[in-house]
Amino acid sequence: MNFPILSSITLLPILGAIFIIIFNNKTNENKNVIYVSLFTSVVTLFLAIFLWYVFDKSSSEFQFVEEKKWISGYIKFKFGIDGISILFIVLTAFITPICIISCVNSVKNRLKEFLIAILVLESFMIGVFCSLDLVIFYLFFEAGLIPMFLIIGIWGGPKRVYAAFKFFLFTLLGSVLMLVAIISIYWITGTTDVTEIFSKKIPAEYQYVLWLAFFSSFAVKMPMWPVHTWLPDAHVEAPTAGSVILAAILLKMAGYGFLRFSIGMFPVASEYFVPLVFTLSIIAIIYTSLVALMQEDMKKLIAYSSVAHMGFVTLGIFTFTKQGIEGSIFQMLSHGLISAALFLCVGVVYDRMHSRLISSYGGLVNILPKYSLVFAIFMLGAIGLPGTSGFVGEILVLLGAFQKNFLVAILASIGVILGAAYMLWLYKRVIFGKLEKKELNELKDLNLSEGAILFLLAGLTLFLGFYPNLILDTIHVSVDRLINDYQMNLILNTVK
Amino acid sequence: MENISFFLPEIFLAVSILMTLMIGVFLKNSYVLVTSIIYGIIITLILIILNSFDNSFKLFSDSFVSNPFTNFFKILILIGTFFILIITQNFIKETKINYFEYSLVLLLSVLGMFIMVSANDLILFYLGLELQSLSLYILASLDRDNLKSNEAGLKYFILSSLASGLLLYGCSILYGFSGSTNFEIIRLNTNTENIGTIFAMVFILVGLAFKVSAVPFHMWTPDVYEGAPSSVTSFFAVVPKIAGVAVFIRFMQIPFSEITEQWQPILIFISLASMILGAVAAIGQSNIKRLIAYSSIGHIGFVLAGISTSTNLGYSSSIAYISVYVVMNLGMFACVFSMKRQGKYCENLNDLSGISKHHPILSISLLVILFSLAGIPPLAGFFAKFYIFIAVIESKMYTLAIIGLLSTVISAFYYLRIIKIIYFEDTNKSFDQTKNLGISTTLFLSSLILVTFFLYPSFLNTIIETLIVY
Repeated sequence: MNFPILSSITLLPILGAIFIIIFNNKTNENKNVIYVSLFTSVVTLFLAIFLWYVFDKSSSEFQFVEEKKWISGYIKFKFGIDGISILFIVLTAFITPICIISCVNSVKNRLKEFLIAILVLESFMIGVFCSLDLVIFYLFFEAGLIPMFLIIGIWGGPKRVYAAFKFFLFTLLGSVLMLVAIISIYWITGTTDVTEIFSKKIPAEYQYVLWLAFFSSFAVKMPMWPVHTWLPDAHVEAPTAGSVILAAILLKMAGYGFLRFSIGMFPVASEYFVPLVFTLSIIAIIYTSLVALMQEDMKKLIAYSSVAHMGFVTLGIFTFTKQGIEGSIFQMLSHGLISAALFLCVGVVYDRMHSRLISSYGGLVNILPKYSLVFAIFMLGAIGLPGTSGFVGEILVLLGAFQKNFLVAILASIGVILGAAYMLWLYKRVIFGKLEKKELNELKDLNLSEGAILFLLAGLTLFLGFYPNLILDTIHVSVDRLINDYQMNLILNTVK
Repeated sequence: MENISFFLPEIFLAVSILMTLMIGVFLKNSYVLVTSIIYGIIITLILIILNSFDNSFKLFSDSFVSNPFTNFFKILILIGTFFILIITQNFIKETKINYFEYSLVLLLSVLGMFIMVSANDLILFYLGLELQSLSLYILASLDRDNLKSNEAGLKYFILSSLASGLLLYGCSILYGFSGSTNFEIIRLNTNTENIGTIFAMVFILVGLAFKVSAVPFHMWTPDVYEGAPSSVTSFFAVVPKIAGVAVFIRFMQIPFSEITEQWQPILIFISLASMILGAVAAIGQSNIKRLIAYSSIGHIGFVLAGISTSTNLGYSSSIAYISVYVVMNLGMFACVFSMKRQGKYCENLNDLSGISKHHPILSISLLVILFSLAGIPPLAGFFAKFYIFIAVIESKMYTLAIIGLLSTVISAFYYLRIIKIIYFEDTNKSFDQTKNLGISTTLFLSSLILVTFFLYPSFLNTIIETLIVY
């Protein structure tokens, strides 16, 4: 197939955004803008699903590869996907229409600009998962900062300026070191094409420093303890749609980066730094769970729970076992659905009450039965109850971890219990109990669009919990290749 | 005699300046006429230079060179001047400093820069430099009834003369120790054994660093930028920098190419200091012109980082950087000249507060330009920095690369602060709605180039690659 389908998927949302800019009518007809952006993102979703459908699941090669000259003589423009990246593209394309529908209820001013920012961001995010060249990857990885900075800063809460600056500067600081590493790789291997680097192999003595430079960027983005502090601020201040994208997709770029770049390019260093990653992951799982227990702000609680869940992801990736890596990919995707849904749930009551404090709610089950139902499903999914998608990811990661290090696995399991504690307690305080606050009596249950989104997400969470093969089938071959390459490289290096 | 055609741009420029001067002197209120003639002159000059772009030639017993490298810089200078004249036209009229001398002296300094860029001889170089500098002194104090403008002119004059003096002293030592004023002969006689030439190199570097306002010779920049009329500031921030960088590269490439190890540490220090100071000192500024001054110091730091590698890749990355810098700063100044409230031009950053509601197009362009200045991909500013760091890391100067990149994070802070003022603040102020074709075209072109640069970045590379083959 010669049609550049990956570039089209990447460019499509931006084209939609340009369309909105050019055909901007002065009457401020918001409806048209919503329809155009929704249309664009739904078409992107269909394209992504089509791509998933035609994707050859039995091949471990990169597919739909596009290659063009870009910076003459230095860097090629290279796109391509394997079993891992296709799922993240589908996730991105799936979450964006949901954000667009959800923001219709919550964003009151400058809706048009908001939708433009979301669409541009979608393009950049898809670009991250498509790129097979380090420079192109860096380009998209960093470019996403611009729309996200604006989303937090313009439509955010009262402390939005602080949160936006913290988000931007933290991430930028982490990434500039990655840029130095990328350029160094260029001078060491003579290329920035990922597949060529895989085959050329970077000399072991360089790997440690380069790995750390990449790690600094991904750890901030992931976020790993102790550089996670930007995330609660950003989540709390961002508008609902911004939080959803941040939790569901932006955090996944780092996990994807670890899988694609850190492991593939620096196997020796990855093996060497396993204790570091394990320690940080365990601290993230246990410490941030404890912190989440004490939060009074619902969004902050979910934000800390994200950090804990991402701890599972890094733990799983660095076990280098099939179960561990597949588990962490599954965990990322399921967290993408569940955390997005949880933020949407908070958004639902926030739009009505304009408060995110747990203490201002209580007894919602009496007046919001539908809301309580979906919230329960997502809450249980976040805990990792069997039957939800959260369970599959966590159990696989723990299976991987037990093979590698018993103590780590035990500690991670404790994290699961803590996770249950804070989520159940949150649910108890918000939903159960008597309805004591009079102002809550006025609340209306989910409206059509909210109900549609949340029930769709709840259905998917349960479906993936019962039928995880939908995802696992796609990644098996690619993960096998990843692990084989990794072990081959390690053996080759010890032989030398 | 046919060689003279390679000298044609300079002859044409000099003759037309004198002719236009006559028009200005004999006709009253001739600002508009003179300026429109000058547009014509600039366009003709660009065409003349383009016509013989690829020819390399040396004239007047090798004291004057004309090759793609100098032609590229001349065209860049002309484009810069052209757009500066366009965007400043309204400002000049409205602040009542529309003397015809403004455009003419501007052009005169351009002539000086032409000679500077093409000079292959110390004496010719110094002549060009002084012609340029003297014109700039006059320009700085153009607003002659304004105390600040006078102060700026005087300050610039005194400090710059000092720097020129040091530079001239360096030139004389260089002549003494190498026996010639010709760049190529100097190169043959300049080496580590010839200590005097190293001495001279330091003095010349001081003078050049002053002209491009690199730390620690930057002190004049914020004051002069703030004091001079905005129209002149915009010229200062763009055009002399181009010529300065060209001369820097020529000096490093030809006379001092044998003593690389001697000037490299100096240049690395200057470059690091400029990057850091440019990033840190700009944070506290509230005046947009002072802020641009510090930001330009930081950008010069990056250009010098490219030059300090002393490789062809480094030189071409510096050329790419200065080209992108020109585009960004032209756009930035086009924004500055749209900041007008009740007939008065604003210079305070807080005046931008909340303008995104009333001026969506101006604010989105400013957004693009500021993110590009901060070096965030996928805008052109990122590629400029990227090329510089490719060259720097090729030469294994990791410290320079890491500190440089960290300073971009610091400088991102103050660019973001402006964006915060424009977009995140909720005040209900607006500027006068002015429909100025020149300003809006410049703004549009500049942001368009910055945004679409990533689609075809080879465009700039392929041009620059042909220049640097010396």
